[in-house]
Order: sequence, then C-alpha cells, then structure tokens
Amino acid sequence: MSDAPARILPAGRESLLVEVASVEASLRLYAAARVADLPVTDLVPAARSVLFDGVTDLPGLRAWLARRPDAPPELDGGCGSAVGDRQAVIEVPTCYDGVDLLDIARAWDMTVAEVVATHTGVEHRVAFCGFVPGFAYCTGLPPGLRVARLPRPRPRVPAGSVAVAAEFTGVYPTASPGGWRLLGRTALVLWDATSPEQPATLVPGARVRFTAVGDVASR
Amino acid sequence: MARWLRVLAAGAFTSVQDPGRAGWAHLGVPRAGWLAPGAARAANRLVGNPEEAAVLECLLGRLSVRAGAAMSVAVTGAACPLDVDGRPARWGEAVSVPSGAVITLGPVTSGVRAYLAVSGALAVEPVLGSRSTDTLSGLGPAPLRAGDVVPVGTAARPPNAGTVLPRAPLSPEWLRWSTGPRADWFAPGALELLGTAAYVVHPDSDRVALRLAGPALHRRADRSGELPSEGLVLGAVQVSADGQPLVFLRDHPTTGGYPVVGVVEPVDIELCAQLRPGDLVRFGRVRVPGRGRVRDRDRRLGG
Repeated sequence: MSDAPARILPAGRESLLVEVASVEASLRLYAAARVADLPVTDLVPAARSVLFDGVTDLPGLRAWLARRPDAPPELDGGCGSAVGDRQAVIEVPTCYDGVDLLDIARAWDMTVAEVVATHTGVEHRVAFCGFVPGFAYCTGLPPGLRVARLPRPRPRVPAGSVAVAAEFTGVYPTASPGGWRLLGRTALVLWDATSPEQPATLVPGARVRFTAVGDVASR
Repeated sequence: MARWLRVLAAGAFTSVQDPGRAGWAHLGVPRAGWLAPGAARAANRLVGNPEEAAVLECLLGRLSVRAGAAMSVAVTGAACPLDVDGRPARWGEAVSVPSGAVITLGPVTSGVRAYLAVSGALAVEPVLGSRSTDTLSGLGPAPLRAGDVVPVGTAARPPNAGTVLPRAPLSPEWLRWSTGPRADWFAPGALELLGTAAYVVHPDSDRVALRLAGPALHRRADRSGELPSEGLVLGAVQVSADGQPLVFLRDHPTTGGYPVVGVVEPVDIELCAQLRPGDLVRFGRVRVPGRGRVRDRDRRLGG
C-alpha cells in the first residue's frame, strides 16, 4: 500500500497542513520531516494529516513536499518507518481492571481474558499526541476492534488510566476529564515537564507494548 | 541581593508571560505566551530588558505589587491608571521605582490586557524553555495570587527614554484573514458572510480563544461528517457545529476536529488580545504570498 497523493492545504502565512490517506502515511511523513531538519518550528502529526507550523520558507517547504518520493510498499502491515523501527519498544505495565472492561469485551465480541490477551498481544505504535501534554494516541489493534467513546465524558479519569476509543489506545498522563473507555491503569510516568530532553514517555512513532501485571501503585 | 515583586492584589487574572514554548506541539503542548507581543516587547524595551524577557500580563487591571528592590517599571497594552505609592505615574514610559514602593495598575479603561515589565525581568523557573502560564494545560507558573513573591533578575541595561501611546480601539475592529485548510467545507454564502458580517465578542473569550457570536457559517451540504482532528495554528478561525466562529489564541489546543475556515494574520492577534465582550469585529480577506496562483473559486469570491 503506497501513499495516496497528499493534499497540501493552506493554514495561514506561516504554515501548511498536509492531508494524507492513513495514520501510517502521517507517521511516515512526520518521520521524514523530522529527519530532514526543515526550517519549521512545529510538526504536528494527526490521524490524517501533518501540520507544518512556524515555516520560514513556504515555497521551499512546498518544493520539499513535491520532491518526496512515494513511500515504499508496506512490508509487514504495520506502520513501519525507518526511524521508528530502530527504536526500542516501550513497555507499559498495565493492571487490566478498568471499569469499562465488560463494555469493551462486548464491543469486541470477546471475553475479558481475550480482550487482555489481544491488547497485550500486539505491538502498538504512537501515531500522534494531543488533548493534553503527553497523551499519545496508539494504533495497532486488529482492524474492526473499535469501541465508541462514552456518551458523556467522566469528569475525572485517574492519572495512569489506560483507555480505548475508536481504534486507538491512550494513557491519561494526569487526572483529567475523559470520555474514553477504561481498560486498566499503569504506574508508568507518561509526562514530566521537568525532564528537558524528553518530557513525554510516548512520542509519535514510538513502539509500545502493554503488559499485564497484577496490580499497580495508585497515583 | 535578591530582587522580587510581592503581589498585593492580583486583579481578575494576572500571569507571567514571555514569547511562549512553541516547538512542543507534537507532544500536545500549547504554545502559550503573551497575547499581545507588540505591547509586551515595547514594555521590555522601555525598561532596558531583552525583548523576550518575562512580564506580567494583567487582565483588566487592578494589579498591585510591591517592589523588593529599586527598579524601573513600564506598563503598556491596555490603557489604565498607574500610580507608585499613591502618586500618579506615566503609562507607556519607564518609571523609576524605589525599593519597597507599591506599584498599582487601576482598572483598565480601554482594551483588555495590560503588560507590566520590570527591569531585570521576572525570573520564575522556566518550564520547557518558557516562563509562560498556559491556562489550557496548566504548564508553567500558576496565575498570580495575593501574597505571591515573584523573583526578579538583575538589570543589565538602563531604561530607555521613550513613550508608548495607547492604541485607541476601533469599532468594529478589522481582523485580516487568509484561506484556511477547510475553507472548502463551507457554503459559498458562508465565506461571503465572513467578509461582510459583524461578529460580537462573546463573554466566554479567554486566552484559549476569542469566541464570537453572529450569523452562522453553514457548511456545504456534503460536508456534514466528522473531521479527523488535525493540527491547529495560532489565529485559526474554527467553526463549531452551530456555525459560530472563534479565533484561536495563544493557549489553543494543538489539534481540533472542527473545520478551520481561515487564519487570522499573525500581527492581528495583537488586536484580538484587546477585544472585550460586546466589541464588534469584522473580517477582511487577504492573500498569503508564496502560495501560488489564487484558485478560480477564490477569485470569484474576491480572494
């Protein structure tokens, strides 16, 4: 599956929004842009786009985008990117005791045990971040395994909550309102603003594995 | 010797601001930073600071602080009365303040956000390279409260003899905008409305967004579905399901799932910083150079 031609959309005097056909294509474009060290302040990947913001040379960026060769065909069905595949896998120890486990099992037409086995059995990938600092939207579940958000968000989801919505898994770095379905919780620190090198544990492109543990300390 | 400001009264909302922390949006971190860069930088120049030095951004005035050392101060942005130890002082100029003096900004008389710079600059701990308060994510220092002590650095250069004049607000205020990524989600009538109608600033406006009320901007009939969330830029004019537009300001979220019809010119964000609920705005479309040929559709609409 090669990348469909991307659409380049205007986003003001200092930005371009590039629309792509898939999450995988977004990650590939994001990784390529990072490696190219473009004169851009922010690169914001999302499910179907990458935003180039704080661009000091718009025509130059357009030329770079036009020169990019089509991405190579998928080799393994995952969202492979040359940069990401060399990364170590980040383990997220998770106690699968979320209050929405039964709802998720029903939506996936599985038992709870099968839900846990499925979730821990695949390698996930951080597709993009958003919502709050350090919140990563992870893909990797088999196609078709989706669950809707709650009709109304909970006013408070505990920090470390591991949750799913649509095709994504996310982990809440801090307590916040949240509408995703809760699978469980982790004690892993997802966000530390005092860590200047890398404040977020889960960054776009990172490889992630959720592992089942008996219990985690409350945060 | 330590230099500081002690907050005696914090006004409606006062926060430390500097140019912000752009460059972290891929991790979901808003850029934050002063809403009115022109005013903030001018205040810094007056007191002899580097332009990027941290200042206080004060919503609607009524801020009172005690100087913990002799320093120069300057107030710009929204017009307001200024006094030092009860004696009137000049807005828009560097004012010498002795150690222990109380600096008071009265209620803002026009505009919204006043900026207070002090020589030596505010020296709170930076977070991800910036001292700015981010009201969306909570990063950076907490908003100021009475009793807070804010550290101040040592002045490197003397103050400047110069005057900044307050800008008289216009009604309506004109915001220039260029085509946004999802302009094609909107019916042609909507784009015309954006060019001709006046919108009223809504009381829910804040550092995240200037929220507007006015004629609804309707989508094209074939654009009723959801938009996958995508990156947002400063000044993005986003239209929610009810057709009401907002202009994203410095504490905007990094991504959003409602269509962005246009983007306000960067220099006009300064105007947004000084608009009050009830003020009128109108939008004027401009073309961004370097984008190539204006498409036929844009040409028909006069873009």
